[in-house]
Amino acid sequence: MSTDPYLSVKALTKYIKKKFDADPHLRDVYVKGELSNVKIHTSGHIYFTLKDNATRLPGVMFSASAKSVKFKPESGMTVLIRGDVSVYEASGQYQLYAQSMQVDGIGDYYLAFEQLKEKLAKEGLFDALHKKQLPRFPKRIAVVTAQTGAAVRDIIITLHRRYPLAEVVLYPTLVQGAGAVQSIVQSIQAANTSNYDVLIVGRGGGSIEDLWAFNEEAVARVIVASKIPIISAIGHETDTTIADFVSDLRAPTPTAAAELAVPSQAELLEKISSYRSRMYRTVSITISQQQKMLERLTSSFPLAYPERLYRPFIERIERATDSLQRESLQYVSRSKEQYRTFDHRLKSRMPLQQIRQSETDVTELGRRLDYQVNQLLKDRQQQLSSSIRTLDALSPLKIMDRGYSIPYIEGAVVKSVTQVKTGDSLTIAMQDGMIQATVNEINPASKGDVNDG
Amino acid sequence: MAEKKIMFNDAMEQLEEIVRQLEQGDVPLEQALTLYQKGMELSKVCHDKLQNAESQLVTMMKDGKEVPIDIEMGGNAK
Repeated sequence: MSTDPYLSVKALTKYIKKKFDADPHLRDVYVKGELSNVKIHTSGHIYFTLKDNATRLPGVMFSASAKSVKFKPESGMTVLIRGDVSVYEASGQYQLYAQSMQVDGIGDYYLAFEQLKEKLAKEGLFDALHKKQLPRFPKRIAVVTAQTGAAVRDIIITLHRRYPLAEVVLYPTLVQGAGAVQSIVQSIQAANTSNYDVLIVGRGGGSIEDLWAFNEEAVARVIVASKIPIISAIGHETDTTIADFVSDLRAPTPTAAAELAVPSQAELLEKISSYRSRMYRTVSITISQQQKMLERLTSSFPLAYPERLYRPFIERIERATDSLQRESLQYVSRSKEQYRTFDHRLKSRMPLQQIRQSETDVTELGRRLDYQVNQLLKDRQQQLSSSIRTLDALSPLKIMDRGYSIPYIEGAVVKSVTQVKTGDSLTIAMQDGMIQATVNEINPASKGDVNDG
Repeated sequence: MAEKKIMFNDAMEQLEEIVRQLEQGDVPLEQALTLYQKGMELSKVCHDKLQNAESQLVTMMKDGKEVPIDIEMGGNAK
């Protein structure tokens, strides 16, 4: 039997843990304190220190429990924790194992709501910029709500009553309880694959816990991402959800959502009839105005006294005719005058005198010409007679009188002994006849006596 | 007669535009009459569409298909 009085650390710690676990007061404790050193592990476990101004107590909340916490634990928050106290053997530390955690003073739903609201507001998701315009006359309307219950009935009856032209398609959706978030997200996404003009997301009344799904981030994001304008009818007057904030339009009740979605048939009919009477009125006014204008014009001075319109023209024509006549007469008389002047001038310059003068001149010149010609003839005749006398004096015949004769051979005068040869027949002209002779002898003269020949 | 194919909202918007134009008062007479005629036709179309609107098509998406649903309409329908 061992008498070793020493315990192992493990054994002592185990003993202490047993004592803790056996204590009924420590099995289910409610403790209030301020969170510090909050660390949320990727596994979802939350480690923290719970403290007050005197003491610090390490704590842990495993992910299974942490899932039910609606808010995000942060250092500095005063929280109410229900759990148990036990010993973590590995570190020999006792610690608080939290089962549930609530924010002291305000509900954790409220806190979670405020936190998400702040986060989304920072991202600007509530800004007017994100709000889509609702069409005036929607043709197709999607309704995302539970298939049964007052909300769907209210919405569909109201849509039908107000505006029967619209086609309504219901997307049956779980709006509360487990799976509500996923169901809402799926319905809104499904509606977005079709062409709707407006989407109503609605639910009936219920507690704040019942509408919690509409405070979830996933729902808020799918609403922001929707291409279809969304009218929310989720909260009830005082309870506003995150979904209400991000929706394009918020209605206090499902009926109000339907009223916002479509115009009222009765109002439209009234409007149409008012349009009719306004059109009728304006057109009648136009017609009567035109009529009045026509009457005014018809009774206007020129139309009432049409002759006055052309009177000035007649006057002008008459004046023009008068002046035309006057002008033409003047023109004719002026022309006559001119004619006379020119005629007179022409006549005063008649060339008869010149003709007569010229006739006299011609006669005179003819006479002088005759005279001159006769004179000339006389002179020429005298010259001729003189020449003839001179010629006669110079005639060879006269020379032959003085004893000269002219020998010819074959009709040509023989001027040189070289022209003839012995035996040629010569004709010798004498002053009183011809002698036929034959050449017997040729004696050319010596150089000295050629000229005597 | 305006064609029946026109959508209610287009008809309504055209009608509003015509009323606006007419009320501006500077429309020539012929055009005013044409507009008036067109406006009356559109008004009739709108009126008829609203008055004669058959009970709306209420459907439900079930397994990705639209199926008719019957909602208790209460007494005030039509």
